Parts: sequence; C-alpha cells; structure tokens
Amino acid sequence: MKYYDKLIFELSKEGRIGYSLRKNGWTASTDSIPAGLRRPVPAALPQVSEVDVVRHYTNLSQMNFGVDTGFYPLGSCTMKYNPKINEEIAGMKGFQSLHPLQPASTVQGALQVYYEMDKSLAELTGMAHFTFNPCAGAHGELTGLMIMRQYHLLRGDLKRTKVIVPDSAHGTNPASAAVCGLDVVVVKSNADGLVDVEDLKPLLGDDVAGIMMTNPNTLGLFEKEILEIAELVHGCGGLLYYDGANMNPLLGVARPGDMGFDILHLNLHKSFSTPHGGGGPGSGPVGVCEKLVPYLPVPRVVKTSAGSFAVIGRAGAGKSNAAKNAEGCSESAGEVSGFLGNFLVILRAYAYILMIGKQNVKLLGKLASLNANYVKEILKDSYKLPIPSVCKHEFVFDGLIDDGASKASDGKGATTLDVAKRLLDYGFHAPTIYFPLLFHQALMIEPTETESKETLDDFIDVMKKIAVEAAETPDLLKTAPHNTPISRPDEVRAARHTILKYQDEETNPN
Amino acid sequence: MSKTIEGLRYSEDHEWVKVEGGTALIGITDFAQSSLGDITYADLPEAGDEVEAGEEFGALESVKASSELLSPVSGKVTEVNADLENAPEKINEDPYGTWIIKVELSDPSQVESLMDAAAYEEFTNK
Repeated sequence: MKYYDKLIFELSKEGRIGYSLRKNGWTASTDSIPAGLRRPVPAALPQVSEVDVVRHYTNLSQMNFGVDTGFYPLGSCTMKYNPKINEEIAGMKGFQSLHPLQPASTVQGALQVYYEMDKSLAELTGMAHFTFNPCAGAHGELTGLMIMRQYHLLRGDLKRTKVIVPDSAHGTNPASAAVCGLDVVVVKSNADGLVDVEDLKPLLGDDVAGIMMTNPNTLGLFEKEILEIAELVHGCGGLLYYDGANMNPLLGVARPGDMGFDILHLNLHKSFSTPHGGGGPGSGPVGVCEKLVPYLPVPRVVKTSAGSFAVIGRAGAGKSNAAKNAEGCSESAGEVSGFLGNFLVILRAYAYILMIGKQNVKLLGKLASLNANYVKEILKDSYKLPIPSVCKHEFVFDGLIDDGASKASDGKGATTLDVAKRLLDYGFHAPTIYFPLLFHQALMIEPTETESKETLDDFIDVMKKIAVEAAETPDLLKTAPHNTPISRPDEVRAARHTILKYQDEETNPN
Repeated sequence: MSKTIEGLRYSEDHEWVKVEGGTALIGITDFAQSSLGDITYADLPEAGDEVEAGEEFGALESVKASSELLSPVSGKVTEVNADLENAPEKINEDPYGTWIIKVELSDPSQVESLMDAAAYEEFTNK
C-alpha cells in the first residue's frame, strides 16, 4: 500500500489559490453581525491549488479498504458486494433530476418504483405494506415503534409501555425504544444462545407493548422457539417487532411475517446491496401486517383505481389536515422524514431485486448460510467456538484456542484484537470484534453470499496461519499490523485526550 | 488469573464492597477491569444521590465497550471519587485500591448476601 500521511493543512502555502475570480464590486458589511458571533481572526482554511487538492484526496482514497478492493467479513454488517448496475440505474438523469414536490402525474415512473418495491418486499417478508420514508435502519426502528405505540394508543390501551429486548440484541433496539418513550425490559438468553422462553413468560402482561427480536439472532442462531414466543406475546396483547439487520440468511427461504412478526424494518444497505453510507444516505423501510397498515407514516404511494400512482397524506401544496384525513391517513403515526425517504437508495435496491430475479432469490439466504458454516467448521480447530450448532449467515468465535501465552514476552497471550490487527497485514478487513458482549473475546464473522469458495479458502488459510503464529510467536501478533501505513494507533490515549479538529501542535498544544 | 482480596464482599456483576462502619466503599473487581480493558471515562453519580441494590448508578467506558455500574447495596451516596474524572485509568492500575463511590448503607444486611472472596473466585472461574 502506498504510504501517504499528509494533512491538507500541511500542504497550505500563504496566498496559494485554486481559482481566479473577478474582483467583487459589492461592498460586504459584517457590521450587522453581533460582535460576539464574529470571528476575531479569519478561519484557518488551507490555501492550496486545485492539483494539490486532487492529489491529496486521491492519495487518501487509495488507502481506503472497501468491498471493491478486498474481502470484508464484518459480522452483523452484511458487507455484500454492491453490483455496478445499481449505480448505473441510479445515475440515470430521469431519476436524478426529480423534485419531491413535482406533481404526481410527472413522476409516475418513480412512484411505480415505490409501488413495485412495496410489493417485492411484502412478498419477501410476508408483510402487507411498507413505508420507505425512514432514512436509516435505526430510523426504521424508531418508526416501527411509533407504529406500535400508535396502535396501542388508538385502542385506548394506554398501559402498554414495556418493550422486551433480548440480552443479545443490537444496542439500537433498547435505544430506539427509549427514544420512543417506551421502557426497556431485558429477557435473558439460554445456554444455547437463544431467547429463554421460561425467562420471558413472567415478563408478559397487560403492560407489554411488544418484543423486539432479530432472527437469526446476533449470534447467527435461528430462534427455534419463535412460534411459541409469538403466541405468548400475542396472547398478552403485545406486538412482535423484527429487526431486519439479520434478514440476509432468510431471503427467499423464510419470512418474518409467517413467524408471527407484526412490524419489521429492513436495512437496504445490508440485505439489498446498497452502499453502506458512512452516515448516509441510507434507507430503512418498515413493513407491517394488515391490521397495522392504517398507522404507517405519511406520505405514502398508492395505486389508484384508474391504474396510476398517487401520493397520499402529503403535506405540501397547502393541503389541510382534513384533506389528509380524507385520503385515509387520519390514524397514521405521522411524518418521520421529509417526503418519501432516500429515493436513489431505494432505486438501487429495486435494481438489485430485479437483477437477482424470483428464480434466484431462493439462493441468497442459502449461500450466505453455507459460506458462514464452511468457514466456521474449518476454523473451529484453531478458534474457540462457544456455541457449536449450525449457524445462519454469521457466527462468533471466542478467541484463539492456543493464544501462545507461555511464549509471549510479557506472559500474556494474543487476543482477538491482535488477530484482527494481523489480518490487516494479509490484506483482509478485520471481522467485528468484542461484539456481541456475551463473550469476552468475541470475533464475529459474516462472509455473505457474494464471496467465491476461492476467496473463502484464502481467508481460511490466513486465519489458520495467524493461529499458528499466535501459538508460536505471539509477539508478532501483539505488534501487528506491520505492513499497513499506520501500525497500531494508541486507542486509549485517543479516547482519553480527544482532539477532534485540526490544530497546530506548536502554537496550540493540548 | 484475576485477583481477589480477602475481607471484601463481591457481587455477581463484578463489583466489590468494603464496609467501614455504616459506610460501604464500592469498586469494580480485577476481573471486571481486565474484561473491560483500558477505561477511558467514568460516568458517576453525585454525592447525595440515592442508589438501589441491583440498580445502575453510573457507567464505565473503555476502548472496547461501555458498561453499566450496578450497585450491590442500597443507600445514599456520601462521596464520589473525584480522581476518576481525570484519571479513570486508576481503576485499571489498582482496582481494589480505587473505590468509586461511598454509600451510607440503608440495609447493612444486604452485604451479607454478597459473595466472599472464595465464592467469587469460584463464580468467575465457571
């Protein structure tokens, strides 16, 4: 990898510019800005030429690791390859130049994408209808819980404020419930890593709004008791929420709707091959069962009896609440974002679904699970496998079997962190580490269905080699990575003495 | 192997309690600090706050994770270790010498139900 470590501020030369403009004839005045809001000195912006800027960012970009440059087995994140056809479709001018307030008659094609996506996702998940308005997975969770709350509220069932969350859940689940004003109650896992049904029973009652689950769960294990859990939760009047983070292994094989789930969100950037946004734009559509359709957020796309597509519940164009209610949206949980979510992300997922086609969709979940089990079964001789059953799309090791403690210079063996760092030396992205918290040396691997057997074999060989290195020369791991531009940043110092913006260390040391 | 100290009482959530008169000093065990890794921030209550046995009274953040602090006993917080604001690493360096809060015990019998050193050692070895 090419070494490049400059900051753009270090390239700055007084007076250097990347443009030439005519002198501004207008006199600008800052007099009206209160003194306290004015900068005492001009902002320290870098002064660079255009070619400096281009080279700087191109060099930085070449240090990136991405799914386009190598294998990315990041557990719980489903880093599947993003086919280039998605980008080509999303780049089409007819889609790119739309405005969300255009009259529906001028955007029939785009609205049809929403309509078809609704139908496709409904069929894949067993739900009745979807909203595409949430702009990320966690936003979808919040939206789903708002729908859950609205359902109970409009029935006058005001006691239901408890949301049950398994102890293996993603951290976003309890966070979303708390943001929605609901109380979180934790249900324990049993020795097999699944929800403990006996621990669940005493938590159920007339104060339960619902339960949030992923299936397969965070350990990559299928919740086998899901039908009994659904019966119990529905029996006490609660709803079942499905966190679609782990939808990948179910694609084309099993449907959350058939398991009894009432509400779910999907992460289009995981299961449907849209880019992981690095903060956005994302998409977290929420699907609901038939009885919850009236509570879906507005606006929504529907097909009219005349066969055209319309947007209902739209706030724009001076529409009154009465007019919105007339469109059948009076029970909606409300608006969760401006307009209809991130259209171009939804469009990419639509392209992916069409490209896979109905005949191949059945293979997705099966290949994702097969790949994970293949890697797990070969590597379990070198890494501790705490729960040895057949996994779905991902699995968790609990550190090395032989960590080489007796051969380490400080007597401490190689950890999961050291294995992850050493993988970088061999050109692989590190898996998820120290999550889930159920195991102290958690190492979570998810290969996804897009990798070939050859790529998996390369990864397996390297993981085995690292296990041998750990047993024989643990110090080699503990100082890794050795071949990357930056070896091992001091995480502790960075966390304790955080510097979040550029500052000149000589004139402003801290 | 993580250390335990005779004479302290231990909770299943890996806190230790040392009783001095009617006051309990509360910290986290060696096992807890080594599982957490380097602690980078301590989120602590204020003197005068009430704590409840089994309830959260603060949190520790490490480079690996953020972890809740659960009080092994009930009572009123009389003192909070002010050193931890700028030097949370003291918990890593000397877990049994670094108390986090002092609590005026409302029910001293709660201490009896906690584990002794031998029982806690067995608990962590399971």
